Amino acid sequence: MPTHDVLVIGAGLAGQRAALAAAEQGVSVGILSKVHPVRSHSNAAQGGINAALNPEDSWESHAYDTVKGSDYLGDQDAISIMCEEAPEEILHLEHLGVTFHRNEEGRLGTRAFGGASAARTYYVADITGQAIMHVLYEQLMKHSEDVTRYEEWFCTALALDESGECCGVVTRNVADGEMQLFSAKSVILATGGNGQVWKPTTNALICTGDGIAMAYRAGAKLMDMEMIQYHPTTLAGKGFLITEGARGEGAHLLNAKGERFMERYAPNKMELASRDVVSRAEQTEIEEGRGFPDGTVALDITVVPKKRIHEALREIVLVGKDFAGVDITREPIRIKPGNHYTMGGVKTDVDGRTDVPGLYAAGEAACVSVHGGNRLGANSLLDTLIFGRRSGVDAAARAKRTEGARPSQRVLEGEQASIEAIAAREKGSGRRVSEIKLELGETMDKHVAVFRDEAGIQQALETVRRLKEEAKSAYIDDKGSIFNQDMLAAIELGYMLECAECSCVAALERRESRGAQYRTDFPERNDEEWLKHIDLQQGDDGPEISYSEVTITQWEPEERKY
Amino acid sequence: MAEYTLKVRRYQPETSEGPYWEEFKVDLDPSLSVLDGLLQAKDRDDGSLSVRCSCRAAICGSCGMKINGQSGLGCKTQIGEAQEAADKFAHKVDGGTPGRGSEGGSISDSSALARAEDVPPIVVEPMGNMPVIKDLITDMESTHWTKIRRVTPWLLPHGAPPEREYVVEPQSMIDITQSMACIQCGACVSSCLSMEADPDFVGPAALAKAYRFVGDPRDAETKERLHDLAEDPHGIYDCTHCFSCVDACPKGVAPMDQIMRLRRKAGEQGIEDSNSGHHHEIAFAQIIEKKGTLDEVALPRESFAFGLKGKLKPSKRAIREVLAGLPTIFRAIRTGKVRSKWIAPHHKLPGGAQDEVKAIYRHAEEHREEFNIYISGEEDVEPEPDETATEEATA
Repeated sequence: MPTHDVLVIGAGLAGQRAALAAAEQGVSVGILSKVHPVRSHSNAAQGGINAALNPEDSWESHAYDTVKGSDYLGDQDAISIMCEEAPEEILHLEHLGVTFHRNEEGRLGTRAFGGASAARTYYVADITGQAIMHVLYEQLMKHSEDVTRYEEWFCTALALDESGECCGVVTRNVADGEMQLFSAKSVILATGGNGQVWKPTTNALICTGDGIAMAYRAGAKLMDMEMIQYHPTTLAGKGFLITEGARGEGAHLLNAKGERFMERYAPNKMELASRDVVSRAEQTEIEEGRGFPDGTVALDITVVPKKRIHEALREIVLVGKDFAGVDITREPIRIKPGNHYTMGGVKTDVDGRTDVPGLYAAGEAACVSVHGGNRLGANSLLDTLIFGRRSGVDAAARAKRTEGARPSQRVLEGEQASIEAIAAREKGSGRRVSEIKLELGETMDKHVAVFRDEAGIQQALETVRRLKEEAKSAYIDDKGSIFNQDMLAAIELGYMLECAECSCVAALERRESRGAQYRTDFPERNDEEWLKHIDLQQGDDGPEISYSEVTITQWEPEERKY
Repeated sequence: MAEYTLKVRRYQPETSEGPYWEEFKVDLDPSLSVLDGLLQAKDRDDGSLSVRCSCRAAICGSCGMKINGQSGLGCKTQIGEAQEAADKFAHKVDGGTPGRGSEGGSISDSSALARAEDVPPIVVEPMGNMPVIKDLITDMESTHWTKIRRVTPWLLPHGAPPEREYVVEPQSMIDITQSMACIQCGACVSSCLSMEADPDFVGPAALAKAYRFVGDPRDAETKERLHDLAEDPHGIYDCTHCFSCVDACPKGVAPMDQIMRLRRKAGEQGIEDSNSGHHHEIAFAQIIEKKGTLDEVALPRESFAFGLKGKLKPSKRAIREVLAGLPTIFRAIRTGKVRSKWIAPHHKLPGGAQDEVKAIYRHAEEHREEFNIYISGEEDVEPEPDETATEEATA
């Protein structure tokens, strides 16, 4: 049985950072990912990473912006930690070799980003996530002796011991289908978000909420699951992301009449108001008939100097050209709000600890909560790195004081049996996995999106519960062992449905409008009743609701204006 | 919406004896990608059709494949354009038999769907220069990643880091951002003609990665890295300058350009590799400058035995190189690749043309410009009106 002190599941930024941090503590570390690490979705983060590194800037200012951006649902102790530790993390990355943009003096240069009161976003052109992740992977290659990589291993379940502590995971080696039980004193989930629950989404096909669902099934609490970010600038239909960096560089949003409509919604910050505000503004324009006939508005990047576009927004030039047939240096591009980010996730403390001892979570899979109701642009990379590192350090410390745990073979046998059961389903015995996934995605995008109401969410929840039943008999074509992606898709569908159910239940429960949750039937924020987190735990009949306090340290809730 | 036929080179290791072709009919908007087409076939018809994919937006690098013989990303190739290319490709490979060279059409092909004769299918194959695991999934670990690890792919700074950031030339970061833009998809490796001949060639992706460190002012091992890659018989001088990788790269990394930068820097460092790669390059350039076209007889002598001519006592190595090269030279003469100067002397360029060649050399010397998409943009930016005016005035 492969055995490690610390086992990290997922190898995006949070996972790689956690693994490196744990290895520095001198414990044995394994990192396991269902795709090759550099394929992870952290790649897609284009715009940059926030840190108050300039002497004129302060972490308090960064923290205040984040608190305000979260619509006061973010926990201020966690936000303070993230913002205070941000500058050191940026310098650490720079020292490892990230090719951050420089100003004329050759020092780190910044760009402006949404919801921020200072230009504090550090970046590598518009491939910031990719650049950082590839540099961390360089470090993983460098430290091959300290961190064992399991590339293309899929995780099917967490293993708990008799006392309910997490002591390992059940995995399937994608290359040959072998089921393997791993033993670990600490397990860190860094499996990313669950954007694939929606269609369209900016998220990669791998973002199926694996870790969130596995933790939930293991009894961990989920938090803020109703908070789903719709990014203001995604390509219609395909859902591809156009970085907020474009607006940071000065691009305008225009409706079909050519009006810069943000004047009416956020007269001060205009296009750089926080994402929930901009997305709602766009959706309002579209729904009130001022959008284009295809249900979009326009992003005009032509106002940014060409030289600057090529230097700083090249990826967007390519996205426009390859996926929309538009030269963004010459004409506006049609965009609309699209599913982008899971603010909620596995509830953790500031060291990544979940409610299940031995189980940690970091990055988009986790909910610390630093993003609350709405994440600020360029705070997600920061979240992955800060809490990835903190989880790694704490998981290593726990491993050092924990006796070796042996997960039971019964967990492995159970997982093997359920995989065999999936393979045994006859063709035509039920629906195809892909059909169910499509219905799920379209349902969620219709009812649990920018604007929501009780009837819609209720309908979505009923659909999700029906799909959960249907998924039990969904059949697959591939019965083999080697790279059986069909099998993995069937398991992932189960993960997505758990996440979807939780999002619906939480969205239904929160009877107010805050951050990304805008209830047309409860259009006001209601601090008196709802300045609290909604926690969900698996019960016999679906998610059981409880509440937890929002930690407020120095920023009392105020009206939110941009 | 339009209908397309995807002809996929499949391999199911557990159920099939060897590779085989299978056609899938898909219907989707021409602006969608070949990957979208494959996923539609997978979703609707056959879930066992295997292809690595994740982001669908040319950023994760999972879906490297050959489409109509051209290496690239499935998600970045629009299916409508792929159909246009298929039409051309069908003519090129004689009646629609796909594949090139050893991957030709000898594999079983019994599953062709009925379709109009004049609409050739879009041919999709796994990447080249890598073992195939299943359908479009290749073994990148034993090829691509092993080569990447070959170039010591991490920063080796000098001593402890500074308290704040390293202060470096702003341009230097933009310079290496081009190779940082690599997403490790392997399309360049798949297309590399040198690697087809020499599987040990470090290759375009790994060498582009190497430049990311060689060009990084924070790295302290520049000279050691260059020495290492110049001395390796499968290193920087193994590239034959065919541009396939530049063509294949979906991210504009232009791996061959990065290899040329490595060569130039190795030359600037005065590294005279034992493969005579550096001298070969110089000999090549000098011969053209002098004669206008390549003198195939002079080339091996100038490249490998530069100490032979004009010296009273040629070096042992020069003599060894010339002797070792004799069989190749005779073979080249026999096949007509090289004309012996006693049989047919090297011809000169027509009057004045040689001066033009020299003018090109002078221009290149005076304008040492690097092509970097992060600086100039991918295509030529339209000249500003007043620039054009100045040019006309000077002309």
